[in-house]
Amino acid sequence: MQVTLKIHRFNPEKDQKPYWAEYQVEAEPGDRVLDLLNHVKWYLDPTLTYRRSCAHGVCGSDAMLINGRNRLACKVLIKDLGNKITVEPIRGLKVEKDLLVDMDPFFDAYKAVLPFFINDDPVPAGERLQSVEDRERFDQGTKCILCAACTTSCPIFWVNGRYLGPAAIVQAHRFIFDSRDKGTDQRLKVLNQNTGVWRCRTAYNCTEACPREIPVTQLIEEVKRAVLYQQV
Amino acid sequence: MHHRYDVLVVGAGGAGLMAALYASKNKNVSVAVLSKLYPTRSHTGAAQGGVGAALGNVSEDHWEWHMFDTVKGGDYLTDQDAAEIFAKDIIEAVYELEHMGLPFSRLPNGKIAQRKFGGHTKEFGKAAVERACYAVDRTGHMILQTLYQQSVKAGVTFFNEYQVLDLIIEDGVCRGVVAYELATGEVHTYHAKAVIIATGGYGRAFKVTSNALSLTGDLMSIYYRKGLPLEDMEFYQFHPTGIAKMGILITEGARGEGGILRNDSGERFMERYAPTIKDLAPRDMVSRAIYMEIREGRGLGKDKDYVNLDLTHLPREIIEGRLPDITDFARTYLGVDPVTAPIPIQPTAHYAMGGIPTSIDGEALLDESGQTVRGLYAAGEVACVSLHGANRLGTNSLGDLIVFGRRAGVAAAKYAAGAEYAPLPVRADAAARAEIERLKSGSGGENAAKIRKELQETMMDNVSVFRTEETMSRQVEILKELKERYTRVSVQDTGMKYNTELMEAMELGYLLDVSEAMTYSALNRKESRGAHAREDYPDRDDEGWLKHTMAFRDLAAPGKVNIRYKPVVLGRFEPKPRVY
Repeated sequence: MQVTLKIHRFNPEKDQKPYWAEYQVEAEPGDRVLDLLNHVKWYLDPTLTYRRSCAHGVCGSDAMLINGRNRLACKVLIKDLGNKITVEPIRGLKVEKDLLVDMDPFFDAYKAVLPFFINDDPVPAGERLQSVEDRERFDQGTKCILCAACTTSCPIFWVNGRYLGPAAIVQAHRFIFDSRDKGTDQRLKVLNQNTGVWRCRTAYNCTEACPREIPVTQLIEEVKRAVLYQQV
Repeated sequence: MHHRYDVLVVGAGGAGLMAALYASKNKNVSVAVLSKLYPTRSHTGAAQGGVGAALGNVSEDHWEWHMFDTVKGGDYLTDQDAAEIFAKDIIEAVYELEHMGLPFSRLPNGKIAQRKFGGHTKEFGKAAVERACYAVDRTGHMILQTLYQQSVKAGVTFFNEYQVLDLIIEDGVCRGVVAYELATGEVHTYHAKAVIIATGGYGRAFKVTSNALSLTGDLMSIYYRKGLPLEDMEFYQFHPTGIAKMGILITEGARGEGGILRNDSGERFMERYAPTIKDLAPRDMVSRAIYMEIREGRGLGKDKDYVNLDLTHLPREIIEGRLPDITDFARTYLGVDPVTAPIPIQPTAHYAMGGIPTSIDGEALLDESGQTVRGLYAAGEVACVSLHGANRLGTNSLGDLIVFGRRAGVAAAKYAAGAEYAPLPVRADAAARAEIERLKSGSGGENAAKIRKELQETMMDNVSVFRTEETMSRQVEILKELKERYTRVSVQDTGMKYNTELMEAMELGYLLDVSEAMTYSALNRKESRGAHAREDYPDRDDEGWLKHTMAFRDLAAPGKVNIRYKPVVLGRFEPKPRVY
């Protein structure tokens, strides 16, 4: 099938402002949007710039706005989009070139929530035991690949870049609800600040945007309750 | 720009992060990590099924059994000193990952869950055993995330999206690296006492691969270009179950949970090839079996070029509960629900057993005598220690990067703490700058993508699961032609910021060189062993070939590759015929 790919272009070394470029590409219905971007880059216009790596939805490099929704270019198939496809960079982060944005503010927010296991007790000889149910409690958050699709779909984040955003809160949730972790108080303090969970207005954009089907809004609500009642 | 760190780690996957964490524990040294991606994008995150360790949480197990399986799985080309250290240390290392917070799946008694995997047996080959410790089917993702989290906690310094273009080695001593900052186009020189290479594999040499687009053999190639050896490059593993035509991996854990391979008549064909452990035979054997079925006309589809992986007899809870990601892959990419329909699969280029030769402490070897390049270390898929011999068992890649990443980190930090900075040569970055300039100013008009496509297609045709003198000799000629064309590649994007076209052109150069080392090594080895299956020499020949290949580019004679040999470290397990 013939597909029209409309891509948001911007090269700060050359362009005064962003513009749209259109490319006609021959595609199979089972092709991914990433396959089409690769085709453009490799055979039509090698200056096209975007991030990509694993090409099957687990590394999180190629989150972009595709037909108005945040998705991974390697996880959405042409047959589900039709023959007119619009691709733009994710919103709320500075566009560096074409579809590639500055990820540093996103990872700074991630680091702010203490996204690591905290437990200073002496370690046992074997594993710390954990029940199947306790392991299940935080499973959803462990799926996160830090692609930023959720955070950059959030209207609060667009308006206030200091909001930690959904992805960072998901990371906090992963540890807050891990029965082995002892850093809950420190993390809840971070999340109770005015850049934390109370900024969330439950717009559900994040949940809809997550390519890993993490119920992000629900996890944020659980963190809000943990902050409110100081218990998990 | 100029930087100085005592220990510099190149690559931020499992091996690189493990090395960096352990080097950082030595308070006498400064440590930094360079990665061409953001660390969480590294391909360790794509590993699914598990990490093998003889914890014995489900049934009795011993490190000796794991060591035996590793040696036998490697078709006796495995160095047994490495295998012994590995099988012992991985037990403690898995507990250590758990202590770092890694969320393993659990058994009802709260212990780490374990499942079956290819080539993992009890009592030296008698029956399958549950040895793969897993975190759903995201084990690699969890390892990568956990190690990155710990790196954040430890305050490790990262340089993200920096492509290393050169290793600075003079008089047998490594002095640092030259790197290109993708965001600005600036060339940086890193002066270091010790450098640890942990940049992974090069699956993108092949058309159908499970590997990320970023896996182009960069540092392996840079090492080789200096006239230094690559070991056992002929051993390249094809994973039996990639999604047909796409290469997206369906974990061996799917067979560990009871999945069955079937041909066009629905026959469970592995019963004919490996009667004891059937679908859980090692990957090289299963991949060959699939090719045999296809070749004999028992494949499926309009081209009869794939077989089915059947999970439909398993309960929905097992499929969706223990294999959720691969269930999602099948639904997303094929529109196939594995609960009700089989998954079309075919072997896919997956893992390099060969690479930069190292000692058991990760020191890079200068030659077959065991002499090292002082201050240079390698770990993970880029290295050849040789734990995997001629074929790697499933789950041993994650184990390798944990055990040998850790050893390299410790050894490099210890070395750096006692060493002085060796002086940098004048204009250490000259060669890297010249290469950038050549590609940016070239007017030869060759397109890198077209050359890459031809490379990938011909490597797939000529140097994949089955090989012959004829196909490989043809590939040698093709590679000469492609390399000649590569000298005329010119990039159109001449900008400084995020010049990804330039990077891809560089990566093609690396792919061409590792393909050269692989093809010459394979052409030279006149036997079949592990993943190296020659139709013209179908038998294993221990008399002639129980030895490691060391391939050196001849810097004085362009196009010539010199092959030398290194003995295999034998030990408690004598080579025997490899039947399952």
